[in-house]
Amino acid sequence: MAQTAPTEVDRPVGDEDVVPDLPWIVIVWNDPINLMSYVVYVFQKLFGYPREKATKLMLDVHHKGKAVVSDGPREKCEFDVARLHAHGLWATLQKDR
Amino acid sequence: MPLRRVKRSRLGGYVVRLPPAEREVLGSLPPMLRGMLSEQDPEDPAIRRLFPSAFLDDEKAAADFDSVVRDDLMGQRLAAIETLERTVGSDRLSEEELSAWLASVNDLRLVLGVRLAVTEESTPEEFGGDPETEQAYGLYAYLSYLEEEMVEALAGG
Repeated sequence: MAQTAPTEVDRPVGDEDVVPDLPWIVIVWNDPINLMSYVVYVFQKLFGYPREKATKLMLDVHHKGKAVVSDGPREKCEFDVARLHAHGLWATLQKDR
Repeated sequence: MPLRRVKRSRLGGYVVRLPPAEREVLGSLPPMLRGMLSEQDPEDPAIRRLFPSAFLDDEKAAADFDSVVRDDLMGQRLAAIETLERTVGSDRLSEEELSAWLASVNDLRLVLGVRLAVTEESTPEEFGGDPETEQAYGLYAYLSYLEEEMVEALAGG
């Protein structure tokens, strides 16, 4: 679907005290114990990712030490982290900055 | 080709074919896991591995998170152990039951792996010598093999 370019909008000034609603991210960290096939399976099962995407994320975790596996509002990220912990993966959440 | 131990069944669910000695090993896991979980020593690195910190640089947020989810995580782990115990003699498992086996097997792998200080470069020879270490590594290696089979079956193989 085509979208028209947004027209110029006058930005409100003088409200710096409004905290921007930064999204949160969920990071999975590498560990030497979880099997690679298991990690791929967990990413597919919890997030519904296709096998290719789940495999790429697992390889990022394995080679780079970590990967961002999901994002969104804080509550959603906390839920994702709890589910990852239930599956034995080491996950943390933080503000995306 | 060794016989596949866990296979998706065309009739639905999963077929498990395990030699009696392996059933016996699996039957010994629930009491072992319950013992580990009931110790609940918060300083035990293996227990910390099962209930890791959810925030890297915010101890208060991590403690708050832990106080909210720990009972639920513990409940899920104990429920999986119970399912494994109840179905350890079954030749057919539902997806839910096999998922519970997988959860318990993975939890125990994590605990053993931390206690043995397994690294990505570890070789079996490192764990020879001391009989207790050798036995723990033997169990770890077997559970790794069985977990691959379970994951392959669950992931659609």
